Amino acid sequence: MKSLPSRIEIKKDFINFQEKSKKKHAQNNCYLAVCGDTGCSVWGSENIFDYLNKYLRQRNLSETVALKYTGCLGLCERGPLVIVYPQEIFYQQVKPEDLEEIVEKTVLQGEIIDRLLYEDPESGEKYTYARELPFYRKQLRTLLKNNWNIDPNSIENYIALDGYDALIKAVTEMTPADVVEEIKKSRLRGRGGAGFHTWVKWEECLNERGRKFIICNADEGDPGAFMDRSLLEGNPHSVLEGLIIGAYATGAREGIFYIRAEYPSAVEKVRLAIKRAEELGFLGENILGSGFDFHVYLSIGAGAFVCGETSALVASVDGRIGEPAQKPPHLVKYGYLGRPTVVNNVETLANIPVILRNGAEEYSQTGTEKSSGTKIFSLVGKVNNTGLVEVSLGITLRDIIFEIGGGIKGGKEFKAVQTGGPSGGCLPASSLDLPTDFEDLSAAGSMMGSGGMIVMDEETCMVDIARYFLNFLADESCGCCFTCREGISRMLQIVEDIACGRGSYEQLNLLKELAELVKDSTLCGLGQTSPNPVLSTIKFFEEEYRMHIEQKKCPAGVCRDLITFSIDDQRCKGCGLCLKNCPSGAVRGEKNRPHFIWHEKCDKCGICLSTCKSQAIIKQ
Amino acid sequence: MKTINKETVLGLEISRGPNGVSVITLLQAIQEKYNYLPEKVLKRAAKEMDIPLIDLYSVATFYKSFSLVPRGKHEVVTCSGTACHVRGSEKVTEEITRTLGVDKDSTSKDGEYSLKCVNCVGACALAPLVIVDGQYHGHMTPLKVHRLFNYDQSGEKIVASGTDEKVNRS
Repeated sequence: MKSLPSRIEIKKDFINFQEKSKKKHAQNNCYLAVCGDTGCSVWGSENIFDYLNKYLRQRNLSETVALKYTGCLGLCERGPLVIVYPQEIFYQQVKPEDLEEIVEKTVLQGEIIDRLLYEDPESGEKYTYARELPFYRKQLRTLLKNNWNIDPNSIENYIALDGYDALIKAVTEMTPADVVEEIKKSRLRGRGGAGFHTWVKWEECLNERGRKFIICNADEGDPGAFMDRSLLEGNPHSVLEGLIIGAYATGAREGIFYIRAEYPSAVEKVRLAIKRAEELGFLGENILGSGFDFHVYLSIGAGAFVCGETSALVASVDGRIGEPAQKPPHLVKYGYLGRPTVVNNVETLANIPVILRNGAEEYSQTGTEKSSGTKIFSLVGKVNNTGLVEVSLGITLRDIIFEIGGGIKGGKEFKAVQTGGPSGGCLPASSLDLPTDFEDLSAAGSMMGSGGMIVMDEETCMVDIARYFLNFLADESCGCCFTCREGISRMLQIVEDIACGRGSYEQLNLLKELAELVKDSTLCGLGQTSPNPVLSTIKFFEEEYRMHIEQKKCPAGVCRDLITFSIDDQRCKGCGLCLKNCPSGAVRGEKNRPHFIWHEKCDKCGICLSTCKSQAIIKQ
Repeated sequence: MKTINKETVLGLEISRGPNGVSVITLLQAIQEKYNYLPEKVLKRAAKEMDIPLIDLYSVATFYKSFSLVPRGKHEVVTCSGTACHVRGSEKVTEEITRTLGVDKDSTSKDGEYSLKCVNCVGACALAPLVIVDGQYHGHMTPLKVHRLFNYDQSGEKIVASGTDEKVNRS
């Protein structure tokens, strides 16, 4: 960070600095990008980075070959990922012992190492360049584009790729009302879940007087969603720039970054980003000589799902328990400390610089008429290519799951896709051709939500999924409204009964009735949408509920009270593997003779099934 | 830069927000120092900040990350997000409770392990996930749980192997 100038006071200085950064960036076009996102670091990418760093120094190549520890590159399933630039050669599942070869052969001689290339699990075809991979081909990476090229800790890197351009443009050429107008033209909608038009909040706030606040909501509580974490870890300055522009447009002079505590690495990256932006004068007093002051504070969550709801979030920022408040008055009238407050989601803010840089017109050309722009989804569950995908809104679910995601793992049958977290629902195969936009998904009984997309196959039980979400919600309900607190617990009891084979049709009807009641009579958005997982699974998979009730069977083989494990004595060779591994001592038998399972002791953990090499374990 | 203001409470340096020190930030700082929220310290803090103790207590019990009892030497976190759930996290958690003799969201009797179940750590592509002392282990199975904690398959503890090797891809 030696080369960083001191505070930038005027536009001319910024342009000079940016030109220098760009030149430097262009010179360093030969580099290795190692994915440093939480996903890849679980696979050991930190070691890879350290080793490469050491090796390049040893070979005296540090000057000519740059090394970047980047944010999420997308295809988490195949981590650790390394991309070799300038060719963009995509290596996956890289091990420390491959690194010397990568430097010697690929970097220095341009040779491609075949075994590290991505191989399509279905067709067996191999791909050399990142842009050719089916996983990336159908995507439209706008917000995530720079994740590949920048070191998230370097503000200089961000500036070299047109970063903070939009801020300069806003504060020097536009009035706050102009910025709001531009956002209005772009038709940007909030990416946090409800899809509220961003400009509406901004305009209302701009018209308020006195002390105002803008808050970045990075309390990504939906289980199965990690877009916000990846954005903050991969390109924190883009979100910060959006926040500063938001402050300029709304007239807020104080901002708060609210990040959940479960994302320690994102917290560090944002902390550093704020510090660097302050040093360069993008934050603080008289930003870029425009007379606009803005200060940002960091607030770390303490673990409560309900704090993703904006009024609960505001209470939490103030240090109180996160209970949602009655609306209206809306936060733009009466928010944090009773002052006008705008709360925007991470991804929404990351869109702002893109809109201002390229113009609203160009931005609004992607997506559908009602939902413009791109959306990042975290594609997870039983799909081949799990990871982070960014697509133009309006693309069908089928394209995302089968084209980008590469279909279902292990060649199994697709059953459902869950979107929208605990507020969303499960959509069956007949909904696969639905376009992903706010209206269509809601009409189908689910919702866009923040962008988690969990794919389920034939081995996922829908009753179990309903039970899972109810369990989650019963645990996370703040307890403020009686119907949410007690209603969800009661729904959970019913679904548990059904999952155990004790359910009845009366109970199923009661479940539906309760779900409607909770929907109608709770205060906050999270409570009102909490019955969605139950309602959507009943709507699309009622047959499965009936099987549990009538035949006491779980067709997916998940609900453990309805399944049994046994050993096929024709196939069992008596190797003893299952006996050795069974944690409850339920497997009996002598060496080299067929074993059997003692049902009273069996915990149905399924370890025997996963260890057996002769496929002798039967799950029924 | 003047933007980051700090205030000292109980000898701890705490960042100020737009409205001074928030109770949550205060509790986070206390927990970081003591590993949990000791009653004595909470009482002193309430006095120094001049707020009723019940305000600290209500916040401490509302949020999941705070603990009013000492936590174990090693912190085991299992993720039970949706993606982890559909890939079998429940069985992994169960196996951990069995192997380590610790219940969900509590600490083992010998004070060695605390087990916490959280709702999503955001590394869903590697589900199911277990985090031991800040180190992430992806694609867990009940079987891998034994290897992770250096137990053999019958539940006997193996003498610590000393390697921090990550669990391999299955």
